[in-house]
Amino acid sequence: MSSKILLTSLEVDIILHRLACQLVEKHFDFSEAKIIGLQPRGIKLAERLVKILQEEHQITSIQWGALDITFFRDDFRRNEKPLEANRTQINFLVENQRVIFMDDVLYTGRSINAALAAIQSFGRPKEVELLVLIDRRFSRHLPIQPDYRGRQVDVINNEKVKVCWKEYDGEDGVYLI
Amino acid sequence: MSLTVNHLIGIKDVTTEDIHLIFEHAKHFKEVLSRPIKKVPSLRDVTIANIFFENSTRTKLSFELAQKRLSADVISFSAAQSSVKKGETLIDTVNNILAMKVDMVVMRHSSPGAAAFLAKHTKTTVINAGDGAHEHPTQALLDAFSMQEKLGDLTGKKVVIVGDILHSRVALSNIFCLQKLGAKVKVCGPNSLIPKHIKSLGVEVDPNLMKALAWCDVANMLRVQNERMDVSYFPSTREYIMQYGLNAQMLEQLDKDILIMHPGPINRGIEITSEVADGKHSIILEQVENGVAVRMAVIYLLASKLIK
Repeated sequence: MSSKILLTSLEVDIILHRLACQLVEKHFDFSEAKIIGLQPRGIKLAERLVKILQEEHQITSIQWGALDITFFRDDFRRNEKPLEANRTQINFLVENQRVIFMDDVLYTGRSINAALAAIQSFGRPKEVELLVLIDRRFSRHLPIQPDYRGRQVDVINNEKVKVCWKEYDGEDGVYLI
Repeated sequence: MSLTVNHLIGIKDVTTEDIHLIFEHAKHFKEVLSRPIKKVPSLRDVTIANIFFENSTRTKLSFELAQKRLSADVISFSAAQSSVKKGETLIDTVNNILAMKVDMVVMRHSSPGAAAFLAKHTKTTVINAGDGAHEHPTQALLDAFSMQEKLGDLTGKKVVIVGDILHSRVALSNIFCLQKLGAKVKVCGPNSLIPKHIKSLGVEVDPNLMKALAWCDVANMLRVQNERMDVSYFPSTREYIMQYGLNAQMLEQLDKDILIMHPGPINRGIEITSEVADGKHSIILEQVENGVAVRMAVIYLLASKLIK
């Protein structure tokens, strides 16, 4: 399997800090904002950003959760393999809050579409934003765009973008497979 | 992972991995049921018919609610108000319902094997909601799921099933399910209500309730099914209560806490006193709550096999 590196661990680190600054610029003390990592791969990104916000921007009261969108996906019964669910953990209501979805890669936009439906089970947010580490250009099936993006990349359809985290994979980095 | 079966006829047919897969999904659905909006759109293009040839409150409501929480279209049918009374055969009734483009059938019937018959002779996915004294698989799954929630891994745990084993589909499904999960099962009841060959399933028989309680971690109290009894199986209800009725004094005599379960409906004051049924050992209402999540998991996993 050949793979090309899109982002090194240093670049990932710089981008995460930049994204954290952008979030602070918009949401200031996060008193009205809630971070939601999308299962399974958006959780690590959310966890990292929350850590930077807490440790380097002293925003301690930040609330975040994990949302699983399996039961809201539009490809149920269209796959040979059943869709496997992950844990959802949202211990707060999002009613009247500014919600920031976080995911590692934005590709067709269908996961985000499902997430927009799923989050309504927890209330009606005042506003929903989207933060992604990698935005795959020209591959969208739906009119969905990120509000904060780490890096925009052009990838042909049969290639895969893999985001690695040091906690799981030994080293941070983004690869094209 | 997907289920190894295309229908849920009995626990006998499913593997231990299937049971764990169902429990894993049931946990996720239980979380869904704790949300302010307890509904997911997964099954919005699936139609399910609930066909009940026998009376039911809990099971029917629980299945209906599970289906609605998954956004399926549901039609429900009770034999009492149907053409069955006019002499229509089972297969005709079901084929007529299927002609209306139904994807899945949940059926309860008084004849053992009715669900297997349906799975064999129709093209639909069948979930057995109880067939005579044969099996009631979703009840066994929700019982084991509720036990596991309280006790953790069931390997080596001891469960006693008390009462009318002979007429009970819950008992048979429970025995299969618990054994597949590694638990030890004992049955307890009057000899006349214990099936003759029950020991061939690897189940011990103890006619003494107090001894059985002292042995077990969980006691599943079954209802005396008067409606299925064509002859008298014990001298009197009073004698049954004396021998096999569970009361609070008995639980106090034990030097440990055990879980008390009952699949419902309860004959209060016969197999179990109100004090015990509503007491701190009882998880009867948790069983009902878990029933919806477990049934959602079963329906979801079987529906995922209905590829478009």
